Amino acid sequence: MARDTEVLVLGGGSTGCGIARDLAMRGLEVTLVERGNLTDGTTGRMHGLLHSGGRYAVSDQASATECIEENEVLREIAGHCVEETGGLFVQRPEDSDDYFRQKLEGCRECGIPARVLSGSEAREVEPYLADDIKRAIEVPDGAVDPFRLCVANAIDAETYGARIETHAEVIDLLRDGDDIYGVEVRHDSGPGKRTHATSGTTEEITAEYVVNATGAWAGQIGAMADLEIAVRPSKGVMTIMNVRQVDTVINRCHPKGDADIIVPHETTAILGTTDEEVDDPDDYPEEQWEVDQMIDTLSELVPILKEARTIRSFWGVRPLYEPPGTGTQDPTDITRDFFLLDHADRDGVTGMSSIVGGKFTTYRMMAEQISDHVCEKLGVTATCATADEPLPGSENIATLEAGMDDFGLRSPVARRSRQRLGSRAREVLETDEPNPVICQCEGVTRAEIKDAIAQSGTDLNAVRIRTRASMGNCQGGFCCQPMANELHPEYDEKMVREALDELFQERWKGERHALWGEQLSQAMLNYALHATTMNRDHDPASATSTVDFAAFDDGRAERDRIDGIRGGR
Amino acid sequence: MAIEDDVLVIGGGLAGVTAALAAADQSAQVRLVSYKQSTLRHASGLIDVLGYTPTGDGPLVDPFEALVDLPEGHPYERVGLEAVREALSFFDEIAGDAYDGGHTDANALVPTHGGTVKPTARYPVSTAAGLASDGRDTLLVGFETLPDFEAPLAASHLEAAGAPFAARGITVRFPGIVRDDAKVTRYAHLLDQDEAVTTAAGETTARDALADIVRSQLEDEARVGFPAILGDDHANAVRADLAERLGVDVFEVPMGPPSLPGLRLEDLLYDALEDASVRVTTGVPVVEYETGTSGQIDHVVVDRNGTEIPHRADQYVLATGGLVGKGVRSERKRVFEPVFDCHVPHPADRYDWFVDDVFGDQPYARFGLPVDRDLRPLDPGDEPEFSNLRAAGAVLGGYDFAAEKSGSGVSLATGYVAGQRAGMEARQ
Repeated sequence: MARDTEVLVLGGGSTGCGIARDLAMRGLEVTLVERGNLTDGTTGRMHGLLHSGGRYAVSDQASATECIEENEVLREIAGHCVEETGGLFVQRPEDSDDYFRQKLEGCRECGIPARVLSGSEAREVEPYLADDIKRAIEVPDGAVDPFRLCVANAIDAETYGARIETHAEVIDLLRDGDDIYGVEVRHDSGPGKRTHATSGTTEEITAEYVVNATGAWAGQIGAMADLEIAVRPSKGVMTIMNVRQVDTVINRCHPKGDADIIVPHETTAILGTTDEEVDDPDDYPEEQWEVDQMIDTLSELVPILKEARTIRSFWGVRPLYEPPGTGTQDPTDITRDFFLLDHADRDGVTGMSSIVGGKFTTYRMMAEQISDHVCEKLGVTATCATADEPLPGSENIATLEAGMDDFGLRSPVARRSRQRLGSRAREVLETDEPNPVICQCEGVTRAEIKDAIAQSGTDLNAVRIRTRASMGNCQGGFCCQPMANELHPEYDEKMVREALDELFQERWKGERHALWGEQLSQAMLNYALHATTMNRDHDPASATSTVDFAAFDDGRAERDRIDGIRGGR
Repeated sequence: MAIEDDVLVIGGGLAGVTAALAAADQSAQVRLVSYKQSTLRHASGLIDVLGYTPTGDGPLVDPFEALVDLPEGHPYERVGLEAVREALSFFDEIAGDAYDGGHTDANALVPTHGGTVKPTARYPVSTAAGLASDGRDTLLVGFETLPDFEAPLAASHLEAAGAPFAARGITVRFPGIVRDDAKVTRYAHLLDQDEAVTTAAGETTARDALADIVRSQLEDEARVGFPAILGDDHANAVRADLAERLGVDVFEVPMGPPSLPGLRLEDLLYDALEDASVRVTTGVPVVEYETGTSGQIDHVVVDRNGTEIPHRADQYVLATGGLVGKGVRSERKRVFEPVFDCHVPHPADRYDWFVDDVFGDQPYARFGLPVDRDLRPLDPGDEPEFSNLRAAGAVLGGYDFAAEKSGSGVSLATGYVAGQRAGMEARQ
């Protein structure tokens, strides 16, 4: 029977996009479907840490070893998504000396470069560390942009012929007896790039093999074909600060606990996190105490956090899994390892495997192992090349750095743009057209916004994750509207209006958790700009009732009066 | 030695300046101190009074009709309808020819840079020819290097809003702007000074060059709208010149920060302060205050470049702004007024400070001081915090200026009443 595609990947997070790229590079025909935007699930809701493996060096050495290996691979293939910040495991007076020693030994056993710094040496690296920090272990942690890394995988997969379909929610698994042969999806806006407000259609996509890479949502997908996949979703909060209080990843050197990491990320610092099991990965409480705990507990490591400005908070859901019967109570104790569940072996249902567990840093290795499995199932012998082939934007990055120009931009803007675009900078930024800055906080120009729109259509949140526009201090108060303006005239006024409303509301969602001090002031300013200056909250174009324009002052009486005075002279 | 005046106004925005002028009008000796830049430069320069009721009805044709039904505690309810009318007349006198709209009680609908229309009671003359109830066809002109105003989009939006005229938008290059991220003040300056610019046709002046570009694309529209960058000190001359060369009326569409109509209004107000002999000190925070024997404010301490200078007055007006102007501040567990620590009612749990819909009925937007009908801030027991302190403008609570489109009107009305009463009392 003819199938639409060889492999159908469910889920547009790092794992799904990594698998799509891997298989497409091996010459397979791949289709990937994602319910929302790429990264909308867990990938876009992580703290941005590129693990050195140090965090797992005591508790889970297999994961630690994988992390350091993949850490080194990603620096090579995705240099433009990685910032080599370095990391510190810092010890407070009340933290155990014994654990500190275990951590150091563990790092060395796993091949993680580790060096001990005294308290004062650590404060020379990071001046805002608390005075009572005793000492620290320096490791090669880094910061990674999960959005751009994931999108780069998807773009490369497309280059190798894959179809990437976002805003396409799986509503059913197609099962014939004991064989799964595809899915039915509902398009949020018709196939292809997102265009606002076109009505939903459904589509059946058949495949030789289906890979369920939906992470915390894998259980929901499995249930559509009566397969039980006992994912244990666990939520964690991340709180974003308005500036980088630290330039190095700061971890607390203790066995486990909430609120023990600070990751410098682009212009911000991200505080994390908590670990609490939830029933539904789409519906769980986002609570004040979690935000307060981030600030209060991490202030013990970096005291200025106590009074610093936070710009938003967000929550992510880990796709934790453990084999049936393990029975771990505390989610922090559940392994971070990943599991490949072949439903043929496990449930006697052929045509689909599910991937659960795992972590962002090792997404490529997971994708490789799963792709190997799929190839074996399909009798394909091609081998994996993803560890060696740079992602789009990271080709020849070293030689490009030297030859970079500023594309007529102010140098801080050019520098930020180059960091984001990597080797694509010239292609995107070189233009004869005027190229003003659209997002002042993050230094994003029109050319970069246009490039993102060409990739993702009217979905301004997809433009946001590609460019960082609207992710800075003002949280889009100033730039949401000019971002939306760039959609016109390709998209009509109504679509632009709806795209703007959607982005503005999305920005507000995270900002609600940062509403005090400077950010409450910012929120009021944003509200005033959009409601007072633009009257977007009572836009007659969006209202149901019409305005009786004739009843209002048309200014003519005034002009006639003035004309009368003039005429009389 | 303390500096002594009859009335001390703290805050230099629309409310503070109006209070100072109203107090001076009572022949009081008035001083105004301000710390941060006023939020006038953030604002559109429109003088709105009431565009929508607190329950969202509107746009209101007649703001005064709706004023009498406002809930208890709303700043307009505190001062009453007549005071609002007097305050507007007071403003009309100060503004003179710079503002229009005083010939009718009806609101005007001004096109915004987002393409919607906004109800307002008074508007700068620069926007007068652009009103949305005027049925003449309209050409909107945007600039390639000004991404906040996409003229073709704004034109479509106005039509979608039901405006009674045909609107068309074009995007052109602004002559003489060489940097893609030039500030709006640079555009205004080019036109103000009518600087020499070089175009394909050779050397010409900024106004000529701009008019030439637009004229070639003008069809039979009767008026042309530009983003509000048409000059600063010589805005009227710039507009008149362009209108003459184009042969049609020219108007401005108000823009976001930094807003030239807002800056022009600020200049106008500070000129009026000078004319009224109000003493003005800017860039100085009030850092302390002392109370006298009967609980009144005896003096405040102002920090001038590190030197603490006591200022004593008979009457005080607090017009330090709201959350944006930092006259109302907050921490994770409280909302407070930083100068006199006046009572600011707010829910204890900060997750009750907002609602989930960004344009919903936002509690935080109403944060501010409760006052009696004499505009004296009230303590938790509804007693005046101090006998000789009044508050005006956005520092007041109980109204959402953004949703109601009432910010300027409240500042004018409460500034006028607070200043007038302070002046009268100080003179007694």
